[in-house]
Formats: sequence, structure tokens, C-alpha cells
Amino acid sequence: MEKKSERAYGRDVVGDGLHSIQKVIEPRKPYSRPIVKYILISVSVLFLAVMLVIPLIVVAVNALGDGWAAYREAILDEYTVKALLLTLLATVTAVAVNTVFGIFAAYLLSKFYFKGRQVLATLIDIPFSISPVIAGLVFILTFGNIGWMGDFLKAHDIKIVFAVPGVILATIFVTFPFVFRELFPVLNAQGKDEEEAAALMGAGGFMIFRRITFPHIKWALLYGVILCTARAMGEFGAVSVISGHLRGKTNTLPLHVEILYNEFNTTAAFAVSSILVILAVLILIARNIVEWKRK
Amino acid sequence: MYVEMRHINKTFDGFQASRDVSFGVEKGSLTALLGPSGSGKTTILRMIAGLDRPDSGDILIDGARVNDLPGSKRGIGFVFQNYALFRYMTVADNIAFGLEAKKKSQRKSKAEIRARVEELLGLISMQDLGKRYPHQLSGGQRQRVAFARALAPDPQLLLLDEPFAAIDAKVRRELRTWLKEMIARVGVTSIFVTHDQEEAMEVADLVILTNQGRIEQIGSPEEICLHPQTDFVRDFIDARRFEALKTVSREI
Repeated sequence: MEKKSERAYGRDVVGDGLHSIQKVIEPRKPYSRPIVKYILISVSVLFLAVMLVIPLIVVAVNALGDGWAAYREAILDEYTVKALLLTLLATVTAVAVNTVFGIFAAYLLSKFYFKGRQVLATLIDIPFSISPVIAGLVFILTFGNIGWMGDFLKAHDIKIVFAVPGVILATIFVTFPFVFRELFPVLNAQGKDEEEAAALMGAGGFMIFRRITFPHIKWALLYGVILCTARAMGEFGAVSVISGHLRGKTNTLPLHVEILYNEFNTTAAFAVSSILVILAVLILIARNIVEWKRK
Repeated sequence: MYVEMRHINKTFDGFQASRDVSFGVEKGSLTALLGPSGSGKTTILRMIAGLDRPDSGDILIDGARVNDLPGSKRGIGFVFQNYALFRYMTVADNIAFGLEAKKKSQRKSKAEIRARVEELLGLISMQDLGKRYPHQLSGGQRQRVAFARALAPDPQLLLLDEPFAAIDAKVRRELRTWLKEMIARVGVTSIFVTHDQEEAMEVADLVILTNQGRIEQIGSPEEICLHPQTDFVRDFIDARRFEALKTVSREI
């Protein structure tokens, strides 16, 4: 029996989709002429060097241009630390909110069929297509003094525009679709059979999610969270409009960099930028680990 | 009658999948819902399981109307067409799932669940494969696991949706005999859906032939082969009548 089953597995006639398909469309050896390969490689390398590597080196060189002491001083500056903390706060909040929302939305749109499903899916993508500056402006027009909800907010003493809540709202808006976008195709491809089977056996919604849905989406979820984090930390446009650039209050790291640069404080600007670069590299490493594990 | 359908109608987006469907199934019998694709046989099975709701008519299981009862409370086991095995659980965890999903008051102890899983792995002759994952199994093994998983909570009624469709032809015959024997051994009332008349004739005690949402004929395999009541039944059976007759005469 054992031997027979092994043979059958090797063939994998039926398969559960993924495994069998992979076996069938193993990429064939690509059509290759060495010269084409080398031209393509050099073009790519040159492009990467000009667009990515040299700018990163410039950041490092300029940040350390006035020596370690100046670098330390710029980074430990009171306003820099506050900007860093605000960036982290906005990022963590945005990622948390969008993760919960992304899971709900992806689950809803992949497992239930209702009128307006397509419209909803399109709406979620709006932040991808709207310029962040416009997003910030929209929030000012909605929540600002002269805005739609201005009177209501004033009466209840709630400050959103030119305050921390505004910064967080803008960050959430801009990073809205990331988790959803990663989860949706994965959930869609899973189908409903396993969940129906579990429900027929009496499993409740939470048990189904924990034991069947979640194991299926966990890597995609982590990947979405990482992308969302990266985007949230670097957000400039929307936050710039809504924050009012109040030093030590509503300044995030990217805004702080701009202010320092405009004050001709180049070394400090690059030093603060280097924090963002380091965070970005860490995220990149995390992303690669996740991509590798996902396989 | 253990399962009874009374004047069931069901429409999906303007497509009538069931038209005044009525039939009964005896306790302990093995029934085939046979018909061409799109004839509404899977819809009937899904309505008995509570996966779809009829628009009108009554479904009775063991004398009680179950229309408003969720599928999980109807005492049924369901084998899906593609088995729908939980791909992130081992074979043993798959089989245990139905026992673990029960409410606390009805749930067995961990040791009892483990014992039941061992018993079922023995039943399907896969004692050593409990730690495998579904993608490490052959099609036939997957079907056996799906069968064991459906039987684990001791259902009174077993429903199977095209149980042999995903298996290659060579193994299919062998599995057919195996499944018939297993069902007889466990003694569970079973209904299965198939589009293959040979399969239905060979395995079932009772065949229900469906066409365009209607029931064309209900009867034993011999009755349907020898006395088809409508033109449709005659045409549907004719193609393989010769083989079917041979099988029947061999069995008699």
C-alpha cells in the first residue's frame, strides 16, 4: 500500500491546485544568447546604481560629513526624537487599523456575494489612485474649521486638523489598501469548500477562522503588514498638508527632514534621513524573509 | 422513511434547479442521485445537508422537519466533490475536527477523540499515515480520509457529492467496491450524487434519476434498466444498457 501511494503522489494527477500546477509548468530553460543577457544585466545594474545606490551613499556620506559627534547630536535632538516617536505612533496605529479592516474587507468580498461588491472593492483602492496631497486637503475640508464637520468638532472640543489625530488619519488613509490587496487574491483562490465542511461539522465562525482561514492567509497577511508599515513611515504628502508642520507636535520624520533641509541644515537633514533609510532596510530584510518563507 | 423530500422547489437567479422534487429514502439504504450535469442532483444533496435552502417544500430527516435547522445539527456527514480536506491539518487532525468542533457539553475527552481517530484510521487502512498532510496523499487516499472525517462524529446520514469524480479511472472501480463495503459495514444511511450510470447501477440499492430539476424515475437498478418509464430514462440508460444489463444479470 505504502509503495503504491508514493507512486501516486509523484504523479499527483488530482492535486489541490497549487502543488500539481507548479509541477506541470516548471519554467523551461529560457531562450538565451549570452550577449543579450549581459546587455540586460548591465542596463539593470546601471539603472539601479544611478537611481538607488548612489543616492543612498550620498545620504550616508552627507549624514556623517561633519563627523560622528554632529551625527549623534542631530539624531538625539529633541525635535528629531519627537518626530520619530510621532512617526512610530502613526505607523503602528495605521497598520493596526488597516490590518483589522483589511482582514474584514477581504473576507467579506471573497466569501460573500452581494450587490455592489465590485463597487466596494473599487472604493477600497481609491487611496492608490488619489494623490496624497489631495487626500490631505480633503481631510482639511472635512474636519477643518471651515469644513463640513468643523462646527461639530469645535463644539465638542475635538482637534483633528493641525493635530496628532489628523496625522494619524492621513496615514491610515494613504495606507488603506495594502493589507486588503494582499489578502484578497489569496482568500479568493481558497474557495468556500473547506469552510463549508467545517461549518457542517459544527465549527463556529472563530474556530473556522483560526484553524482554516488564518493558516491559509498568514504569510500574505504579514507581507501586507510589512508593505503597509513601509508606506506609513515614509508618508509625506497627505501628512504634510494636514499637520501644519508644528515642530515637536505634529512633525513626523519625513516632514522634519524637509524643515531641516529648508533651513540649510544639510547635515542634520541627512542624519535624520538616515534613520528612515535604516528602518526601510530593516523592512526590506523582513520582507525578503517573509517572501522566502511563503514558498 | 429516514429522509423525505416533499414538493421541493429551488431557484438560483432565475434558473430552476429543483421542480417539485419528492422522494423518500429508507434507513440503512444506499441511494444514488443520478443525472446529467445541470440536472439538479447536487442541489438536492446540498439542500438535505443544509448548505442551500429550498424555496418551498419540506425536508424531513427521521420524521422531523429540518428546513430551519442548520446543517451542523442535522446529524449528517458530508463528503465534498473535491473532498475539501483541511490542507493545513494532518490527516489525524482532519478526522478529529468534527469531534473537536462539538459544543463543550457534547465534546468527548482528548483521549476519546484520539482513540476514535485511531479507530477510523484503521477502518480506512491508513494507520501509519495520520501525520501526513493532504497534499502528500494520492487521490484515493484523500477520498478515504474525507470518508473517515465525515464518519467521525457518528452521523445518521452520509451524503457524498460525486465521490469518484476526482479519481482516475483505474482506481475508481476498486474504490467503488471499497466504499460500498464500508457503508454496509458501518450501516449508515447514504445518498451519493453521480453522473455515471454504471456507477449508480453497480453501487446503489435505489436510483433516483433526475433531469432538468425534475425526478424522472425512482427505482432499483434493475427496474430502471429493464423498465424505463420515460423517453429520457430510456435514452440516458440506452448508451450503456448492454453493460449495465450484464452487470445486473451477474449480480442476480
